[in-house]
Amino acid sequence: MASQFLKSNRTGWLMAGPAAFLIGMFIILPFVFAIILSFTNQRLISPNPTEFTGLSNYRQLLSVATLTLDPIKDAAGVMQKAADGTLEYPAIRSFTRGNPDFAHLAGMREWFSFGWGESRTYVLARDVVFLTALVNTFIFVLVVAPVQGALALGLALLINQKMRGINVFRTIYFMPVVVSIVVVSLLWRFIYDGDSGLLNNLLGAISFGAIPRVDWLGNPNTALGAIMAMSIWQAVGFHMVIWLSGLQTISPTLYEAGAIEGATKWQSFRYITWPGLKNTAILVLIVITMQAFAVFAQIDVMTNGGPLDSTQTIVFQAIERGYGKQDISGGSTISVILFVLVLSISLFQRWITRERP
Amino acid sequence: MASITLSGLKKSYGAAHVIKGVDITIEDGEFVVFVGPSGCGKSTLLRMIAGLEDITSGDLTIADKRVNDLPPKDRGVAMVFQSYAIFPHMTVRENVAFGLTIAGDSKEVKKAKVAEAARILQMEHLLDRRPSQLSGGQRQRVAIGRAIVRKPEVFLFDEPLSNLDAALRMDMRMEIGKLHKALGATMIYVTHDQVEAMTLADKIVVLKDGLVQQIGTPMELYHHPANAFVAGFLGSPSMNFLDVEVKAVNGNRITVSNASLDPVEIEAKTGTYQVGGTARLGIRPQYLTPVEGAGQLAGKVALAERLGAETVIEITLADGKPLIASLTRDAIFPVGAEIKLTFQASEAHLFSN
Repeated sequence: MASQFLKSNRTGWLMAGPAAFLIGMFIILPFVFAIILSFTNQRLISPNPTEFTGLSNYRQLLSVATLTLDPIKDAAGVMQKAADGTLEYPAIRSFTRGNPDFAHLAGMREWFSFGWGESRTYVLARDVVFLTALVNTFIFVLVVAPVQGALALGLALLINQKMRGINVFRTIYFMPVVVSIVVVSLLWRFIYDGDSGLLNNLLGAISFGAIPRVDWLGNPNTALGAIMAMSIWQAVGFHMVIWLSGLQTISPTLYEAGAIEGATKWQSFRYITWPGLKNTAILVLIVITMQAFAVFAQIDVMTNGGPLDSTQTIVFQAIERGYGKQDISGGSTISVILFVLVLSISLFQRWITRERP
Repeated sequence: MASITLSGLKKSYGAAHVIKGVDITIEDGEFVVFVGPSGCGKSTLLRMIAGLEDITSGDLTIADKRVNDLPPKDRGVAMVFQSYAIFPHMTVRENVAFGLTIAGDSKEVKKAKVAEAARILQMEHLLDRRPSQLSGGQRQRVAIGRAIVRKPEVFLFDEPLSNLDAALRMDMRMEIGKLHKALGATMIYVTHDQVEAMTLADKIVVLKDGLVQQIGTPMELYHHPANAFVAGFLGSPSMNFLDVEVKAVNGNRITVSNASLDPVEIEAKTGTYQVGGTARLGIRPQYLTPVEGAGQLAGKVALAERLGAETVIEITLADGKPLIASLTRDAIFPVGAEIKLTFQASEAHLFSN
C-alpha cells in the first residue's frame, strides 16, 4: 500500500516525475556508480568478470614515499662526480624494481627530488601523472579563483554606473561566456601559436622585436599559464554579472550617506560596497573554485595534457583513464577524489566566511 | 555661524525644470521646514543644499561661503534620510562613529563622542546591536546619532519620520524638537506632513511645482495665507473653499455671495476684485458654528465623524457642494439632518481667481 505521502501528492509526483527520472538517471545513478566502481577493477570492455578490489585504486593513485640517498662513494670514500660536476647518486630503479629490501617502493617512479646537504631526497609516487595533474589543478585553482574573482569585481564596478552606452560594455564583457569553451579554446590556439600567433606578433610589434617568439602552448613553462589566462578571460564575464547583481542590491542612499560623512571612493568601497557584497563574494568564490577544479575542455582542445604533462588536470586524467585507457574504475576513483576535494574545500570556504555573531 | 542663503536656485533635468528659481534666507540656528505635496521639489532642494544634486543655476551659500561646487563633505552638513541609510553590517556603535572613522579620529575620541551622542539620544543600551535587531524608531535614532556625532553646523532631514507609525512619529517629532533646542544648530527639515511643519518649524517654506508659495512662521502662514494653495495645505481638516460671486467692492472690503451663502462682507488681504466677477471664499472647518434659526450657510449632514475631542461633519450645501465643519464638542448630528452654520467674516479668507 502506498504511503500517505505518496498518495496525497499523486499529481505533484506525476509532474515532478520526468525531471526526477532524468536527475536520477544522469546525476544520482552515475554518482553512485562512480563510488561503487572505484572499489572494483571494472574496465570499459573486458572479457574478465569485475572483481571487488577494496581500496587498491586509491592506493595506486595516492601512494607516495620518500627515499633519501647518499652520493656514490668510491673505495676511498671520495664522492664521485659526473662530468658536469654534480654528485652522482645510485639509480632509483635499483630500489623500485625487484629489490626485496624495499618492497614498499616496488613499481614506484620518481616524482621530484630535492637536495639535503650531500644526500638527496627523492619523492616517489606510484602514479606520477595523477599527482602532477593534482598539483596542476591546485595551481590552476589558486591562480584562477582570486584573479578571476577580482577582475570580475573590477569590471562589475566599472559597468555599474549610469552612463550612455554602458550596455555595450556589459555585452562585450559577457560575450566570451556565451561562446562555447571549445570554440574559444580553438581560437586561442591560434592566438598562442608559436610562429604566426596573434600574441607573438603583438608582443613583437610593441617591443620592436625585442621579445622573442614563444610557443606558448608547446613550452612546459608557459603552457599552464597560457591556459589559465585564457580561462580567466573566458569566464570573467559570468562572475562579473553575479557581482553586478550583488552591487545593485546595495541601496544608493548608503553611498549618499557615505558622501555626506565625507567618505572617499576607496572608503565607500571599503565600508559600504565590500561589506554589502559579502554573500555575493562567498557565492562567486565557491562557484569559481568548483568550476576551476573541473577544468577539462581547454586542456582537451589545446594541449591534451602536454607538453611533458605540464597541463595535466584531474578531470582530464579522469576522462583520459576512463575512456582513453578504458580503465573505468581508475577514472571513477579520480572522480571520487575530486568530489571529496571540492566538497571539503567548499565546506571550508563556507566555514571561514560564516556569519559571526 | 551657519546661516544659509538660496538665491535664484534652479534645477533642471534636461527639459524638465524641477526647481524654478528659489530664494530663501535661513538664519543661524533656525529650524526651517520645507513642506509641500509630493513632486513639489522639496527633497530635490534639500539634496541640492546637501550637495547630492548639482545646482543648475543660482547661488547657494552656507556660512557666507558659496558652496555650489563643493562636495557634500566640505559643506559642513549632516543628513538624516527617510530610509535611515544606516549600514546594515555595522553595529550601532560603528554606525554612529562612521563619520569619525572616515575622518581618521582616534579610538578614544570616537568612544567619547559616540558615548555623548548616545546619551543625548538615550540609546546607550543599543550601541552593540546590529540594525537588523532594531525597530524603525531605533534605526532613525541611530541615523540621527550618526548626524550629531560630528557636531555639524547644519542638519538636513529628508522626511525622517515618514516610515514610522503614527504614535512613534509623534514621539520622534518631539525629540527632534528638543534636539534642536539642545544643539542650537541650523536645521532644515523636509516633510509632506503639515502637522510636522506646524509643530517643529521656526519658519515654514511652502513649495509647489518648484516654486516658493510662501515663507513665514507657522502662525503667519496659518492665519495669513498668501494664496489659496497655502491656505488649503496648512490646517487639518483642510480649509473649505466656496466659489462665490462678487456683489460689491468697497476698497478692500468685498461683499460676496452664492446660491447657498447669504451675502457677507470680507476684508480681502490679497488680490483684486470686480463687481460681477468670481472669487474663492476660504473658511477653516474650525471656524464654522452650527446655529439654531438663521445661519449664513445651510445644508444636510452627509457624514459625521466623532473623534471625541471634536466632531468632523461633512455637509452637502444647497448647491450640492461639500463643506467640512469641525465642531469642538461631542455633538450628535444624524446623517440627513438639516443644519445651519455661521462664521465670523473676520476669520474667512478671500482669494481672487
